Amino acid sequence: MKRKSLLVAVAALAAGAYAGAVAAQAKEQFVPANFYWVGPYAPGGSGASGGMIDYFKLLNARDGGINGVKLTWEKCETEYRNDRGVECYERSKKKGPTGATLIHPFSTGITYSLIEKGTADKIPIVSVGYGRTDASDGRVFPYVFPLITNYWSQNTAKIKFIGMKEGGMDKLKGKKIVNIYHDSAYGKETIPVLDVQAKKFGFQVTHIAVPHPGNEQQAQWLQVRQIKPDWVILRGWGVMNPTALKAAAKVGFPSTKILGVWWSGAEEDVIPAGDAAKGYIAAGFNLPGTKQPVMQEILKYVYAKGQGELEDKSRIGSIYHTRGVVLGILTVEAVRKAQERYGKGNSMTGEQVRWGLENLNLDAKRLKELGASDLMQPLKVSCLDHEGGGAVKFLQWDGKAWKVITDWIPSDQSIVRPMIEASAAQYAKEKGITPRDCSKEK
Amino acid sequence: MLYREAGQFKSTYAQDQQIFPILQDRVAIAILLAVAFLLVPAFGNQYWLGAILTPFLIFSLAALGLNILTGYAGQLSLGTAAFMAVGAFMTYNFVLRIPGIPILAAFVLAGLCAAAVGIVFGLPSVRIKGFYLAVATLAAQFFVLWVLQRVGWFSNYSTSGVITAQEIAILGYRFDTPAKKYLLTLAVVAAMALLAKNLMRSETGRAFMAVRDMDVAASVVGIPMMKTKLLAFAISSFYAGVAGALHAFTYLGTVEPEAYSLDLSFRILFMVIIGGVGSILGSFLGAGFIILFPIFLNLASGWVSGLFGVEISFAVVSNLEVIIFGGLIIFFLIAEPHGLARLWQIAKEKLRLWPFPH
Repeated sequence: MKRKSLLVAVAALAAGAYAGAVAAQAKEQFVPANFYWVGPYAPGGSGASGGMIDYFKLLNARDGGINGVKLTWEKCETEYRNDRGVECYERSKKKGPTGATLIHPFSTGITYSLIEKGTADKIPIVSVGYGRTDASDGRVFPYVFPLITNYWSQNTAKIKFIGMKEGGMDKLKGKKIVNIYHDSAYGKETIPVLDVQAKKFGFQVTHIAVPHPGNEQQAQWLQVRQIKPDWVILRGWGVMNPTALKAAAKVGFPSTKILGVWWSGAEEDVIPAGDAAKGYIAAGFNLPGTKQPVMQEILKYVYAKGQGELEDKSRIGSIYHTRGVVLGILTVEAVRKAQERYGKGNSMTGEQVRWGLENLNLDAKRLKELGASDLMQPLKVSCLDHEGGGAVKFLQWDGKAWKVITDWIPSDQSIVRPMIEASAAQYAKEKGITPRDCSKEK
Repeated sequence: MLYREAGQFKSTYAQDQQIFPILQDRVAIAILLAVAFLLVPAFGNQYWLGAILTPFLIFSLAALGLNILTGYAGQLSLGTAAFMAVGAFMTYNFVLRIPGIPILAAFVLAGLCAAAVGIVFGLPSVRIKGFYLAVATLAAQFFVLWVLQRVGWFSNYSTSGVITAQEIAILGYRFDTPAKKYLLTLAVVAAMALLAKNLMRSETGRAFMAVRDMDVAASVVGIPMMKTKLLAFAISSFYAGVAGALHAFTYLGTVEPEAYSLDLSFRILFMVIIGGVGSILGSFLGAGFIILFPIFLNLASGWVSGLFGVEISFAVVSNLEVIIFGGLIIFFLIAEPHGLARLWQIAKEKLRLWPFPH
């Protein structure tokens, strides 16, 4: 008699789900919005989903979609948990006339869980600024796109920035850098690339782990005080960031010498730290603000009509919100590119969008047309390179807003690329994948 | 009327000792298994098989493992997720380092590794009891994850510490679709649930329960305390280890050690408490409640807004989901402290008397 009552419930659920999935009409492009609105990381998830959907709403309202194909979406709560993320993916992948266009997992853990599933289902997994770094090698990972910049690239840019501040890369010799990281796959990702650079430039690097979620860091910062480093690289996420800034202030480490990754560089990460955050520097691949033409259009076409996604209007133009807009732009441009080849005004399948992503070329001119020149960097993706950009800008928190303090600083691909290829080759060997020959791709 | 054992005579010891003494139960189990093995894979789509039923079965197995330890042997443990992690990572390593090893053998070996770890962290149970033991088992949770994260060998020196499950093949037959993976999971879980059910009727199971009910009395009647407690830890960890292996291989594919955090241990403990402490069926019901109910709430919010045409803010919906879920847990614990399995038992009692309750 086991599980019988459960089975009835399951059957009822199945019937309901079937009825709920209203058959969509043609000329629609379905994009799943699998983000998170609860839990410790909710500011990131809700902000980015808001930005992405705001951009879709703008496109539908202003242009009537992409060449007449309306964008549709459905939200699903992943709670930043792998199993819920997989459930959301499975739920959303068959929706719409052509299934899911592509997926933004918006979590490194969920990205890992989806790589194989997406490859099997022919749905591109787009992890903008997170996820599996070695997936930048498109020969081994045809369906995974860590677009714009991956963790290793941004890390070399950070070291370059430190070099600039110190007055030249040769001045890095003998300097001490501490890498404080969130103890997870995400946090550990940059350890090898930092070690390689330490050897190359002759600085000392100490890695200090902060266990999840990171609201207790006294021991770690006391260790920092003993080491007396010249710079601290903060690789935090969520509540770990303000805690780190406050702990740094407590041990008297200057916030102007702390460099954060972009997941440590949003308003939500610094405001709770109060004055301790003043002067703190973070990397960014998208810029905040509402002055960019595309943000103005979103205000005009979406928020002025009361259809904006963000309920708290003060968050419009925040780092996470504009990051969401960048996700939206990338999604739409990939579909547009795919339409150029597979038929304008048609709904694209995941496989066709994969081609669009791989041939995506957002040059300065196109970015200007989109009104996003001051939002993101130019991007050119290829079969070999699924990253496309690689540069980051550095932002400094002045107590009220993020101020851009550098131009786009390119990454050091001479360090990153061989490591990516070696890591991808190991994955290919473990999984028995034969890398694609990029010269044969059309 | 329908559910009554009247007229079912048992004339041999074998009949008297069957797992399901009542004919109706046997028929129901047979139908249930037939549906699960034949109908569900035939009609279920990828979403149901891959994202709902497979994790449900896997967590049922993990909850079953904890139920053997906590429900039957009375030893509270907060290390279940760690034992799952051992199972997942060791299966990966066995397949990686012993070429050509059958996957089921790797599952069993990984389960044995988890059992060994379980015995080590079960040692404090010889001296301490109750909540103090729960705190002691926390050590397993932190130590195991720490080792998996720090020692590169376990993840084959992957830079981010994640493992990617290899392909599953048994005698050359590849389990590569959600339906096949579901069937493999179901077969393993069904076999192990049956084993557990039998184990709990055996001398070992009775010894577990004696230790749970009063360990002094149990040792007076000659039950070896240390052996029984450690055996409970070993069996429980074995179940958790196999569940972890399935979690990595048939469900997620790629996992990081953080997936097996303390949070997961607590969730499995909640499954046991809500499902029914000391009940095989309860493990399944509890897993169903904890895994499936939030998803149902998530879907239901979509139907509600579709039905009434009101656009509810998604942030509100997501938070409501958590609130309703928490409220229901409290409700269940007040209404029926012995868990969902007890509700089912009451229903059966009532059915026996129906339609003439006295």
